[in-house]
Amino acid sequence: MDVMPKWADVLLVPVISLILAMVISALVILGIGEDPWAALKLMVQGSFGSTYGWGYTLFYATNFIFTGLAFAVASHAAMFNIGAEGQATLGGLGVALVCLALPWPHWTLALPAAMAGGALFGAAWAFLPAWLAAKRGSHIVITTIMFNFIGAAVLNYMLVNAMRPEGSMDPASAKFPDGTNLPTLHEMLAVVGIPFAKSAPANVALLIALLACFLVWLLLWRTRFGFELRAYGKSESGAIYAGISPTKIIIVAMLISGGLSGLMAVNNVMGEAERLVLNSVEGAGFIGIAVALMGRNHPLGILISAILFGFLYQGGAELALWTTIPRELIVVIQGLVILFTGALDNMVRMPIERLFLWRRRSRQTAGE
Amino acid sequence: MKDLAEAAGQSSGAPPAIELRGISKAFGPVQANKDISLSVARGAIHGIIGENGAGKSTLMSILFGFYKADKGEILINGAQTEIPDSQAAIAAGIGMVFQHFKLVENFTVLENVVLGAEEGALLRTTMSKARAHLTKIAEDYEMNVDPDAKIEEIGVGQQQRVEILKSLYRNAEILILDEPTGVLTPAEADHLFRILRGLRDEGKTIILITHKLREIMEVTDTVSVMRRGEMTATVRTAETSPEALAELMVGRKVLLRVDKKPATPGATVLKVDNLRVVDDDKVERLKGVSFEVRAGEILGIAGVAGNGQSELLEVLGGMMAGTGLVEINGQSIDLTGKRSNGRSRRKRGIAHVPEDRQREGLIMDFTAWENMVFGYQWDPGHNNGWLMDNAGIRAETAGKMERFDVRPPDPHLAAKNFSGGNQQKIVLAREIERNPDLLLVGQPTRGVDIGAIEFIHQRIVDLRDAGKAILLVSVELDEIMGLSDRIAVMFDGRIMGERLPGETSEGELGLLMAGVTNAQEAG
Repeated sequence: MDVMPKWADVLLVPVISLILAMVISALVILGIGEDPWAALKLMVQGSFGSTYGWGYTLFYATNFIFTGLAFAVASHAAMFNIGAEGQATLGGLGVALVCLALPWPHWTLALPAAMAGGALFGAAWAFLPAWLAAKRGSHIVITTIMFNFIGAAVLNYMLVNAMRPEGSMDPASAKFPDGTNLPTLHEMLAVVGIPFAKSAPANVALLIALLACFLVWLLLWRTRFGFELRAYGKSESGAIYAGISPTKIIIVAMLISGGLSGLMAVNNVMGEAERLVLNSVEGAGFIGIAVALMGRNHPLGILISAILFGFLYQGGAELALWTTIPRELIVVIQGLVILFTGALDNMVRMPIERLFLWRRRSRQTAGE
Repeated sequence: MKDLAEAAGQSSGAPPAIELRGISKAFGPVQANKDISLSVARGAIHGIIGENGAGKSTLMSILFGFYKADKGEILINGAQTEIPDSQAAIAAGIGMVFQHFKLVENFTVLENVVLGAEEGALLRTTMSKARAHLTKIAEDYEMNVDPDAKIEEIGVGQQQRVEILKSLYRNAEILILDEPTGVLTPAEADHLFRILRGLRDEGKTIILITHKLREIMEVTDTVSVMRRGEMTATVRTAETSPEALAELMVGRKVLLRVDKKPATPGATVLKVDNLRVVDDDKVERLKGVSFEVRAGEILGIAGVAGNGQSELLEVLGGMMAGTGLVEINGQSIDLTGKRSNGRSRRKRGIAHVPEDRQREGLIMDFTAWENMVFGYQWDPGHNNGWLMDNAGIRAETAGKMERFDVRPPDPHLAAKNFSGGNQQKIVLAREIERNPDLLLVGQPTRGVDIGAIEFIHQRIVDLRDAGKAILLVSVELDEIMGLSDRIAVMFDGRIMGERLPGETSEGELGLLMAGVTNAQEAG
């Protein structure tokens, strides 16, 4: 029998982990002579206090939704894909090539093509590790992390040697044509008369991310393929018994995962930078792992934890801007949250399970 | 209370070798052991019998220091003893032979025996001392094992003897054996029992954990019955009967024999000719197997585990490639191609209840309703176009759970939360309700409680009576004898012979299982 009720599993444990991470962060902030309460207020104010803050928080969250979903899909097939960083990098290349290929007349035409380009490049970058895992038994963790480095180098090469406009000293592509510029939340909400900060980068890609959440849920829990993917992820011997091909599951799951990572580029490359720059992914691929772990590999959980990590990113930037808390310490805080919600999950889970047991047993004794 | 028990011990002479008082242990919400008291006299073979999950193994793990009891005390030879770990248990003179041997495969017998009991910095002195010691024990108890043979080169029966030797080398006075006969032929089991009797006569105390009533009756002096974490009875073996013990185990009257009419075999459903299988390690597991199964009959495959029966089921079920001819209803089956898998077999009317329901037959984290279509998820009947018809599957599952008496009948419960018997009923319900032409069944009642065994056997016989062909693989000879209409015995990847259950004996089958071909003359 499950020890804990479901709400405790999906809500109580992450929330307590988060509080623990916050307490330790507070102690660290206290240690360098700043006021943690004021810091928290500043973070909340900076990320949720204005539409400008919201715009940034949701922009980051959009990135994390894509990479979180990417990790979750592979994870359900027992593939620990830590290559979202490289796959998103290559996705950026795909998006950039599509955007620069034609003088796009309107974003509604450019967006589907760019999505296809990003997803295709991301999926292609996941294909080789997937094929190696399925056919040669190479460990996916090793290959995907290697591919992150190769991906970064490929981007570097492409930007410096192929895509850099003539005469430019900056390793970046040319600016995308205006017809590819995606509507921001400011523009979209203005249609219905809601004022929103003009300079915030959140854009229509957020809606694509939300749609992706729904589609991933549909795929995993409502389709035959999702059924087979999850079955394989739980038990390879069981899958073979049922006539499910492990090769097919590994490769398709990784292609979907890589494709989702690649789609992230629609947000950060096409939606915000509007050109391709070096290191555009900025670690979002790795944050996606923590987002998926905290979100229990479920799209709804990923959505919520992506917003949380968006808050940490935006709030952290505000802290660095307005206080003497150094930028590095903000990385420490983010790291603590990842550590507690992802890696140290059992540390919180075990005592809570014991608590529920104790409660149940004392109830049983009272009932007897 | 304590004085009273001590007084009782003194009045009957020597204190018991083991005495447990009020042992309780809970895992989460499961009370595995509830206030258990047990006293085993020195120089006795004491059986502990009970269904899976009755708490036998937990109790022995407490005695061997793997778990710590929540409550209660342990007395060894009358002295209260704390056993926090297995080192302490060994120091207290307790040895344990596990169901799954804990031997290093590429070490020799001698190296395994001294492993963990080395003395001094140099291995050589220990080794020569151990060799002498070992030879003496082996002679004393009819346990001949070559001390220089590697574990991977000797048979299971011998490996088990090494486990016993390990304990004796550590001066164990109390020996616990957990389901020791599961991997043995009847002859090897008899040998083991002779060894155990010899040890007992030397004054050792033996605790035998088993779920086989026959063994209890054959070898033990006293027996305790466990049910749902409680010790329900302790009796002298001579004063009880298998029926009485079964009733104590289950809590109600149980039919130990399968009730079935004679078979009326029809046309040949499965024809297997010269089937060969080579596994991933390039070992030939099936060396030219041929047989037929007809509609309306059960062919039982007897044999000691590891003689090719598993591979036979796997190749027929599409989990492994093979060569040779396999025909179902007169049409041959592709055994090597890309489409040779579980799915294509199911489409040909072959249902498969695999040997290992937890690793193969079920996805333990999936709910009962998801498991009820596992392997058949491609069936259009379970799908509405692109999406699976989850509501329909759930509704069907409820009906199947009711018909197969799965308890609790909750389609949303994860498979891991059902007992072994109920898990097996889920698998059976899924496979039998597909109304297959051929049912492959491996170890249908392994780890299943007696009450459910009766039900499962009945369902298999019902399917036979409905005119279906059934291929049954089991290492339980009783089950093979009780269910089969014909029996084929496998040894070393070959079929040694076919017998009719009415015209053979366990002795004859046992010889065939050990690879003795002239059993006809011998019997």
